Amino acid sequence: MMPRPTFGLGLRKPHYAEFLSHKVPVDFVEVISENFMVDGGQPRRILREVRERYPVALHGVSMSLGSADGLDPAYLARLRALVDEVDPLFVSDHLSWSRIDGFSAHDLLPIPYTQEALSVVCANIDRAQAALGRTMLIENPSSYLALGPAEMTEWAFLESVCDRTGCGVLLDVNNVFVSAANHGFDALDYLDGLPHARVRQVHLAGHSQGEQLLIDTHDRPVPPSVWDLYAHVLPKLGAVATMIERDDDIPPLAELLGELATARRIAATGIRHAA
Amino acid sequence: MMLVVQQRAMRDWLRSGCAAGFDAGAAPGLAVYRNNHRAALVACLEAGFPRTRAWIGDDAFLDTVIDHVGRVPPSSWTLDAYGEDFPVTLALRYPDDLEVAEIAAIELALDRAFIGPDASVVGIDRLAGYDWDRAVLHITPTLELLEGATNAFELWELLSAGAMPPAAARLDTPRALFVWRQAGISRIRIADPIEAQALCRVRAGLPFGDLCTHTAEAFGPDEGISRAGVWLGRWITDGLVCAIDDDRSIL
Repeated sequence: MMPRPTFGLGLRKPHYAEFLSHKVPVDFVEVISENFMVDGGQPRRILREVRERYPVALHGVSMSLGSADGLDPAYLARLRALVDEVDPLFVSDHLSWSRIDGFSAHDLLPIPYTQEALSVVCANIDRAQAALGRTMLIENPSSYLALGPAEMTEWAFLESVCDRTGCGVLLDVNNVFVSAANHGFDALDYLDGLPHARVRQVHLAGHSQGEQLLIDTHDRPVPPSVWDLYAHVLPKLGAVATMIERDDDIPPLAELLGELATARRIAATGIRHAA
Repeated sequence: MMLVVQQRAMRDWLRSGCAAGFDAGAAPGLAVYRNNHRAALVACLEAGFPRTRAWIGDDAFLDTVIDHVGRVPPSSWTLDAYGEDFPVTLALRYPDDLEVAEIAAIELALDRAFIGPDASVVGIDRLAGYDWDRAVLHITPTLELLEGATNAFELWELLSAGAMPPAAARLDTPRALFVWRQAGISRIRIADPIEAQALCRVRAGLPFGDLCTHTAEAFGPDEGISRAGVWLGRWITDGLVCAIDDDRSIL
């Protein structure tokens, strides 16, 4: 039987009760790993209850895969414990860094696309995958600064990372749009140049116009420009898991399910569709 | 430039606004990252210390947060940990207003209890059959004991209720506060310092029989045993006891 595409939502606090009291029509939910990497209490209890009802993907923001001084073993141990408890659909984090010399930026900072950075990222992913006992998905970040000079494109870098480590890709279509606008490359070149066979999951989100740059804010609906890119790339991918990612100004669940219906429609028809 | 050098340059930019190592074209992007970094830290402290903020006012709170962000670099993978040193910053800024740091310490302890380790609870109906001379009580791992020199608890309680708090006041004698999680909810109560000392010793492994002996020596046989019994009953009903071990069984 051919695998089928699946559709999910990022699970956020305002919607916990609805997800636990009703059968929400999603194939999976994704949670921010760090929110549940606590010793116990209500967060872990809620996650266990959610897991009884839905497949769960764990999406991290603090692994810091691009750190020149390696990964935090305490972080990996906590994530491994969560992985063992949840048995997630995917475990993902970003192609970025946030920690150096014990300083933690709590942001997804850009890495230069160089051979040196490639070696660092691959060594860190190898270590993470060994610690977690499974392969990871690596998400392309939004970025506002090119640490240069680059020796390759971001998508070529991502492909090399996949080839060397065996990891998969979490393709954030909005991040491609934002970074393309901020750095002046063609988003279609990125989407056409990706290692399509490695893509397992897709994020869709909205962004905002800052003073000079587009900002990946996740605080508004998926815009038509991002839907267009999604429609462009989807036929090139296999049966991926698509989800809507909303982290701020979170609307009623019905609104997000409406966006998910748009994604399902695009996947079903395979035609370009602006929401 | 080597990766580690680039990352240290970015760290220095985020920490101090020193843009050495970046060309002028990087300015807009650098500004976004520094704003993101600082906004995340400010939001974390605002979310973690709402009563402290209500007590000292928005402007004073923001000044203190900015001071803290400048003084204390974030070091943990989790933002939740960033507030750990905030009561220290408050104590430094408000050396004559001890209640400010104490309110913050209460908020911090309640947040820690909320996500602390899970543990079973010994119910009042399961106390029979123990050798109480040898019994060792295992105390819930979320318990935190705070010391209060002011009426910070009352201030915190009224601020939480949205009521007008009284003036801050120093206590004649310091008191203890117990903070822990019971049935999924963080709890706090005032405790007599003698009870707090007893609970500390029990948590460290003092058998209940020895506690009774010590209390009897301090208060006389009748009152001493009575006090220990009242404490035990309260600890049980508060859900502070997660197991009892008398070498014969562990609940």
